[in-house]
Amino acid sequence: MMKKQKNDRFASFLDWLENGGNALDEEMQDALREEEPEAPGKQKREKKKKSSDKTADIAKKPRKAYADSWWYRLLAFAVAAALIWLLMEAVDRMPRFGAADTLMDSELTEFYVEHTKEETGAMNIVTGIILNYRGFDTLGETHVLFIAVCTVLLMLSIYGEQDEKKRLAQGALERYFEPHHDVILQSAARLLTPLILIFGLYIIANGHLSPGGGFSGGAVLGAGLILYQNAFEYRKIEKFFTYKTFKWVSVCSLLFYSLAKGYHFFTGANHLDSHISIGTPGNILSGGLLLPLNFVVGCVVACTMYALFTMFRKGEF
Amino acid sequence: MEALNIILLLFMIVCAVAVAATRNLLAAVITFMAQGLAMSVVWILLQSPDLAITEAAVGAGVSSILMFAALKKIHAIREKGEAEDDEKAEE
Amino acid sequence: MLGRVFTHLDGLTAVALFGIGFALLLLDKNLMKKIIGFSMMDSGIYLFLASYGYIEGRLAPIYAEGISDPAAYVNPLPAGLVLTGIVVGVSVTAVMLGLTVRLYERYHSLDIDEIAEKIRREGK
Repeated sequence: MMKKQKNDRFASFLDWLENGGNALDEEMQDALREEEPEAPGKQKREKKKKSSDKTADIAKKPRKAYADSWWYRLLAFAVAAALIWLLMEAVDRMPRFGAADTLMDSELTEFYVEHTKEETGAMNIVTGIILNYRGFDTLGETHVLFIAVCTVLLMLSIYGEQDEKKRLAQGALERYFEPHHDVILQSAARLLTPLILIFGLYIIANGHLSPGGGFSGGAVLGAGLILYQNAFEYRKIEKFFTYKTFKWVSVCSLLFYSLAKGYHFFTGANHLDSHISIGTPGNILSGGLLLPLNFVVGCVVACTMYALFTMFRKGEF
Repeated sequence: MEALNIILLLFMIVCAVAVAATRNLLAAVITFMAQGLAMSVVWILLQSPDLAITEAAVGAGVSSILMFAALKKIHAIREKGEAEDDEKAEE
Repeated sequence: MLGRVFTHLDGLTAVALFGIGFALLLLDKNLMKKIIGFSMMDSGIYLFLASYGYIEGRLAPIYAEGISDPAAYVNPLPAGLVLTGIVVGVSVTAVMLGLTVRLYERYHSLDIDEIAEKIRREGK
């Protein structure tokens, strides 16, 4: 499937080159002419000038939009203001901000702060909570990320036959016209990308000792990859990161996470006792499964961020 | 610290109002990004560094970049720039 | 009435962000602005939740050398809740942006009224 798509894209790109780089396919041209994209900014300006004839010339019976009428605006404003007032009343009745004896009284919080070090081996209590005590919840969150990428992939890459050709041609154009020699961007990226990637790895690897963890480190890694893709050509990043890489890394990571959590539940459901030595809290190789789980979550998040950006930029992977 | 907190919170509200007020989509996204950055500093003041790192990478970085990419995909940025160029040429 | 709210500036800001985001969601016709408003509501909620984990004069929830007293650290629970929420919020934003891109490709407009009008005419 992928191969066929690639061939199609290449063929349409060749067509486009043969036509002197000006003309697309004939039907494609027609399609483009028919639905010439109008700029949102232009529309808005035209609307400002003459809002009445916007609908008059295209529809015989222009129906006045609700959002244009003054009462809708007034009502929406009133609803928003009432909501703000209501929420402020709620904040007014909440416990005093910064007080020790209100929320710290909760048994759960006290338990977490007292026992995280001995039971999970994490110095960072937040990591201990989200990857050990609430690890099953985090598994769901990582799946949410994966499902979001799948949804965006579906939405941006499945078209009808007519639009499919247009999309492939546009992808080829995007590839052809990407800047190849942006000196400032490329020098900055050459300097920054390794630093960003190393910083991301540091955050992930020290997730159980210092602030950070899989989610933040993965986002930093994803940002580094995005910078690299933006500064250099697609060809360069496709040497080591393609759709296949994304697929395998994501699926293997999620699978490992599921297996690890399954093992947790199998060995000791209530206290999530894993029979894996937690080592000395404070060492880099400690905390039992926390370090691998952090890496796994980081991989999923980084892949997700990069995949989302690539989908929005190219419209394909 | 208290003064810094107040300044940052005010900045966030101003950013939010500016996003609501502007008509330029690119400016709105950039202002929203600035709000996310201020938010990450507020979270350091609230003693939750984990959140600060995540918000700085995600709220100020990736989500705004996604919005930029989507804007570029629907030609909002380019057409806008061209329209402004046209205006300059007319002047 | 509303006397104590001014001692909790973070909560006040959170409410303001939520309200402005909600107003954007209702009032603005541009889909992009609606998405930004939605993200703004998100961040207001996160700020509100995280601000209730804060306890004055205590350390961040990372065990420091020699301090094992649980009363020395702020509440780690809201931070754990919000951390995952932020990342999931991005994916929700991405899905909304994807829908917007598809709508624009179909109807060549970001204006929700225009899109509704075009859909209405298409249905006839």
